[in-house]
Amino acid sequence: MRTPQPWPVRITHWINVPALVLMAMSGLQIFIAYPHFGPAANHWNLPFDGWIPPESVRSGHGLAAGRGIHFLIGWLLVGNAVVYLVYVIASGEYRRRFFWPPRDTRSLYQTALHYLRIRRQPPTPSFYNGLQRAAYTSAMLLGILEVWSGLVVYKPVQLHALGIPLGGYDGARTVHFFGLIALVFFVIGHIVMVLLHPRSLGEMVTGGKPRE
Amino acid sequence: MSRLLTRRQLLAGAGAMLVTGCDRLQPMSAPVRASERFNRAVQQALFRRGAELHAGGALTSVEEFPTGEYMISMDASGRLVVPTVPAGWRLKVGGRVKRPLLLALEDLMAMPRNDQRIEHHCVEGWSAIASWQGVRISDIAERAGADDCAYVEFRSFDRGPDQVTGALTDYWSSWDRDSAMHPQSMLAYGMNDQPLSPAHGAPVRLYGAVKLGYKNVKWLTEVNFLDEQTGGYWEHAGYEWFAGT
Repeated sequence: MRTPQPWPVRITHWINVPALVLMAMSGLQIFIAYPHFGPAANHWNLPFDGWIPPESVRSGHGLAAGRGIHFLIGWLLVGNAVVYLVYVIASGEYRRRFFWPPRDTRSLYQTALHYLRIRRQPPTPSFYNGLQRAAYTSAMLLGILEVWSGLVVYKPVQLHALGIPLGGYDGARTVHFFGLIALVFFVIGHIVMVLLHPRSLGEMVTGGKPRE
Repeated sequence: MSRLLTRRQLLAGAGAMLVTGCDRLQPMSAPVRASERFNRAVQQALFRRGAELHAGGALTSVEEFPTGEYMISMDASGRLVVPTVPAGWRLKVGGRVKRPLLLALEDLMAMPRNDQRIEHHCVEGWSAIASWQGVRISDIAERAGADDCAYVEFRSFDRGPDQVTGALTDYWSSWDRDSAMHPQSMLAYGMNDQPLSPAHGAPVRLYGAVKLGYKNVKWLTEVNFLDEQTGGYWEHAGYEWFAGT
């Protein structure tokens, strides 16, 4: 019998919420100083090129303040992620949380088909279904990609080797931006699912009754 | 990109700031400043002294390498303009040095020539690649006898209003010694094997691989080896001082 959401998971989860909002807002504030991708002389023609996000989704106060906020919250988020990862690995929680293809792929498709009204019966009940595991694990991997590409944009010279697989400074900056877009899609899906299954929200607040 | 949105915002904000007396540039000031200290420590820990990084890829032409409005000098109508070289220009090397110097462009060109292919990183987010020709700051330090100063200050004849107070000031910035003594840090008089153009900082500008664009002062007049850190033009407006790349 395990508590659905042990307290270290709940605390790190709720720290993520305002921290990710501030990271996105300060990130978009930084973005408008050069709302393009690729080198200055011949930038790449990608979606969002030239996009100026509305003031309501930016941190305001200009580039210097945006960078200050981004670096402050960025390190806090990295610390939060380290606490979370150490906890879920040491406690064995990762087994019921992380996506493991041989075990979860079938459930991933079954759940997706169920939500799409193609499959009538819901997937076999368990702590998390395959779709949840896939979604949460991809969000975590996106977080790692954001830290990785963010470090390359932060120190393109000193961390040059880290940037090579991402296509150097300009590649990393592009990955960093589209990683945010992908995270926004995750958050939208996440909120929709929570609204469909309100019990999960209660569990993330109180921890929930031990089950399974 | 070269519109320098930041400058516009800062200028617009400056008036309101003087009225309200609050620092509009730095919300969450105390934590942000604390994180700048932390970030400086991280950046210094990441800094590798002798490690040179030569940018691959095609060179950006002198014309396409952004110069936009990256200066503070203005004409009578308040439009940003490339500053004019003062008559009888000499580069003054001073501060706590054994042998203060006054160098003409020819004197610099007579010193050992450093040639580096570097990727530029602007704080705004754009990049460009150029090759730069000039004299290593470490060679200048040796010639002037600057042995153990912790900071090097670079001053420009680019002159305009301070972003915060509006008072007339030179453009300037200051570097930590390790960054200034880096083998790719130089006083550049050439770009892409051509004489440095006025828009890029002629006759001589500071250029290196290890700092963001706004630290690479154009239109140099003075290099001072100092014991204390003396900030900089954009640094005074809230931009990070270390600003390593």
